[in-house]
Amino acid sequence: MFVNQFLFLAAVLFCIGVYGVVARKNAVLMLMSIELILNSVNINLLTFALRSGSTDGHVFALYIIAVAAAEVGVGLGLVLLVYRNKKTISLDDLSEMRG
Amino acid sequence: MIAQNIGFWIIAIVMIVAALRVVTTNNVVHAALWLVVVLAGAAAQYILLAAEFVAVTQVLVYIGAVMVLFLFGTMLTRARIGAESDLNNSYKKLGIPVGLVMLVAMGLALVSSFGDEKLPQTTTVVSSQEISDQIFGPYLLPFWALSFVLLAAVVGAIVLARKD
Amino acid sequence: MNLFASESEVLAPLASGWFLEHAWLIPVVPAIAFALIILIGKRLPMKGSELGVLSMLSSLVLAAGAGYQWIQRTNSASEEQFVEPVIKSWSWWQSGGFNFGIGQHIDGLSVLVLIVVAFISTLVQIYSLEYLRGDRRYTHFFAALTLFSGGMLAMVLADNMMLFLLGWEIMGLCSFMLIGHWWEDDANSRAALKAFFTVRTGDAGLLVGIAMLYFSANDWTQEHLGVSGFSIRGISAWALSGEPNSTVITIAAVALFIACIGKSGQFPLHTWLPDAMAGPTPVSSLLHSSTMVVAGVYLVARLYPVFFVGLDILGSGGNLIMIIGAITIVISAALAFVQNDIKRVLAYSTVSQLGYMMLGLGAGAWMPAVFHIFTHAFFKACLFLGAGSISHSASHHSFDMKRDMGGLRKVMPITFVTWIISTLALCGVFPFSGFFSKDEIIDNVGHNGYTNFMIIGLVGAFMTAAYMTRATYLTFFGEPRGASAGENLHDSHADHDAHAAHDAHADHDSHEAHGPHESGLLITVPLMILSVLALGSGFLNATPFGESWERMKLWVEPRHSEFAPELHHAPFTWSKASLSLLIVFMGIAISWLISTRLFTKRDPRLVGLTQRVKILGLGHKFLVNKYYLDVLYEKVIVRSIAYPIANAAYWFNQNILDGILHGFANSTRKLSGWVYQNIDQRIVDGTVNNSATLTKSIGTATQPTQSGKVSQYGALLFSAAAIAALVLVIINT
Repeated sequence: MFVNQFLFLAAVLFCIGVYGVVARKNAVLMLMSIELILNSVNINLLTFALRSGSTDGHVFALYIIAVAAAEVGVGLGLVLLVYRNKKTISLDDLSEMRG
Repeated sequence: MIAQNIGFWIIAIVMIVAALRVVTTNNVVHAALWLVVVLAGAAAQYILLAAEFVAVTQVLVYIGAVMVLFLFGTMLTRARIGAESDLNNSYKKLGIPVGLVMLVAMGLALVSSFGDEKLPQTTTVVSSQEISDQIFGPYLLPFWALSFVLLAAVVGAIVLARKD
Repeated sequence: MNLFASESEVLAPLASGWFLEHAWLIPVVPAIAFALIILIGKRLPMKGSELGVLSMLSSLVLAAGAGYQWIQRTNSASEEQFVEPVIKSWSWWQSGGFNFGIGQHIDGLSVLVLIVVAFISTLVQIYSLEYLRGDRRYTHFFAALTLFSGGMLAMVLADNMMLFLLGWEIMGLCSFMLIGHWWEDDANSRAALKAFFTVRTGDAGLLVGIAMLYFSANDWTQEHLGVSGFSIRGISAWALSGEPNSTVITIAAVALFIACIGKSGQFPLHTWLPDAMAGPTPVSSLLHSSTMVVAGVYLVARLYPVFFVGLDILGSGGNLIMIIGAITIVISAALAFVQNDIKRVLAYSTVSQLGYMMLGLGAGAWMPAVFHIFTHAFFKACLFLGAGSISHSASHHSFDMKRDMGGLRKVMPITFVTWIISTLALCGVFPFSGFFSKDEIIDNVGHNGYTNFMIIGLVGAFMTAAYMTRATYLTFFGEPRGASAGENLHDSHADHDAHAAHDAHADHDSHEAHGPHESGLLITVPLMILSVLALGSGFLNATPFGESWERMKLWVEPRHSEFAPELHHAPFTWSKASLSLLIVFMGIAISWLISTRLFTKRDPRLVGLTQRVKILGLGHKFLVNKYYLDVLYEKVIVRSIAYPIANAAYWFNQNILDGILHGFANSTRKLSGWVYQNIDQRIVDGTVNNSATLTKSIGTATQPTQSGKVSQYGALLFSAAAIAALVLVIINT
């Protein structure tokens, strides 16, 4: 197996995730795209862990999974709150920060 | 080795197709289900990379917990389950060039850095004991920090979602 | 491991003791007191202030014990022997193979500063009991004050740079909290923010310096001393070993010195210090005269080998520390002449005295500079507390010398006498403490061959004497004015009388009815103690009386060894001292004459001189506006960075995003519109309207960048990242 085949897979997933973050209006779908990005990073970490023969990459992959779980928890909490107050989770309608 | 390679390519293609469906489908619940496919594929890739413990954690945390959260989020914010037309915004067309430029940049960097370097052959997987030795040894401090992050997230999620 | 272990075994064993071994308790006590004040302070009979005062008292006792035992230790050493510091260190935390220690590094310098900090903190807390009585955030004030002292004490006895950084940052945070203590006033919170951000600008240098020292010194220190590259002892030995790359150590020294410039208010980052006088007066006295601003000077003195080697101290010509110090002495002394706020005069005077310390350190006069930290702490704290006493009891909480003071020597005899003693000490008049330290600095600068810098020092001494005489005259002599004359014009003072607006002093309204009076004992006793020290502390290192009087040199100065560079001392001569004394007396006399003529007799030749003589007027305006440095920072630098970014984003938004989304037709229409607008309308209609419309369009132009849409922000972010990544990849392949 080549190093690059895993890294390319991660790169493709990352770019799909970026597209999703930019293109999606629905807040839940945007969070899902962020999960894609995080997973691509994990694939990279584990590839490099195998390549260098150390377990540091595994530790960080686990930490990333934990952080992602926290992020989804808070993110969906925010989405629920927004939905309760505005009856929508379309990101285009949330423009209170306009200067 | 060949079996592993075949496995990799099958899983990779499934993952990419599923990931594309996640960002293009018009149904939020379908997107969540496609995401399950991507995450399960990622877990399979972790096993190919000799990281069984991470793979199991991925299945437990992501597919078990995070996906349920997503489905609950969908359920609580959208009464209707089914196709919708209004999920993309006006920047959709911009997303494609941005993603492609990134892919080209990363692809060039990967080819020039790693070329056709091969991964070392391993027959042994990384044991969970080795990982725990790392976590509770040199990486203890980040572990503590992470515990606080999770605690804060739990409290924060309750405070945010609570009705009062 | 220790290369030098074999040598030290031959020498006599050094005395030690409980206080030296347990010096780490000194900052721990205030830290615990801080937690207790926050948790249970409000329920205590004195609202938590008793905890603060008690913790500072016990720190003072511990520090004094350590000082006594340190003296014993130096006495037990032989003549030329390097007195090993008492070092204890424990593993604090480790991550990814890095081990961060925590511990104490007790030597003469740290003991000296520990005693000064603990002593001044104790007095300031006692003083605050009266000064802030009834304040709405009384408990929080004492909590912040205690934590501040704890941070400073931790920084002073730190054995490694990480702990040093921790103490340094705690002080930064607490100074922000204390300066903005009365944050209801916009000016106060602005001053707090300004202090915080200006100091943080310098702090970046500290981080860079610590990281550079660690990565370049770690291998050497691990091999030779068995300590990490954060250890102050290790870094000192490494710097003097001749091992380090000269470029690396120079850059590291410059980076560290940038942090000192920020913290110690040196030119050009001195602008925050006078504004920081917005805080309560005890805060000014503690933070901005004798402890916090000394942190930068302390860093230079602590890591002196790094600066010694990195910046080529004692080399020919000047170095960065000397140049910055000399510039600071003169420009801040000049600024002190045009201030009407008594605390601002003192603030600029502090900046100027810190310049002396830096000049001394840069010129290799380590001992006089450190001794100046010691003496300056006493007389400057006394001056600040004196100013607070005046505003508290006489001038109706105003600090304006021209409007609300004058003639106070009769009504406030104790404040007056202590003020005069401290002023003479600050000016450097013979038996007072400032003479023994400041004159030594000037003398040693000249002795080490920097004649030009010695002249700047003498000019600074002249200016110091002159502006302090002006301030003293305005405050204590002449006729009472404004609030000091018993006028109770509450409304007319509203603009400059920031402190009176607070209910902090609501219960003092009764005082105002019976005019100016002497302050209470809780205020005057600290003043008296400090003035006695301002008078007497100089005799601890009284060079004029011969070698046997130079106790401080014996106790504090590290003797030449692999941990300390070799330094020389200028022999004392009365001819040089009398020259500087003559200059000081000239400054006092000239300033006194001008002040009498100008402020009391209203001599027509002097009154309004700045309006009549254009060049003087310009100079005055230049000084009043503080060399326009604030304008430079806020208007020019901040805007020149912020505006182009906003404009570029707007341009990108309008031209690229809209171009893609709305298509070519739209742009063509815009282009033809632009041609019509510019070629046809503008040239035909003339250029008169243009300037107005241009200004307006710039104003409105920046607004729509902030559309508030997350997706747009994300798109901008990712496209910028993608393009930047592509550029990097192409450059590198």
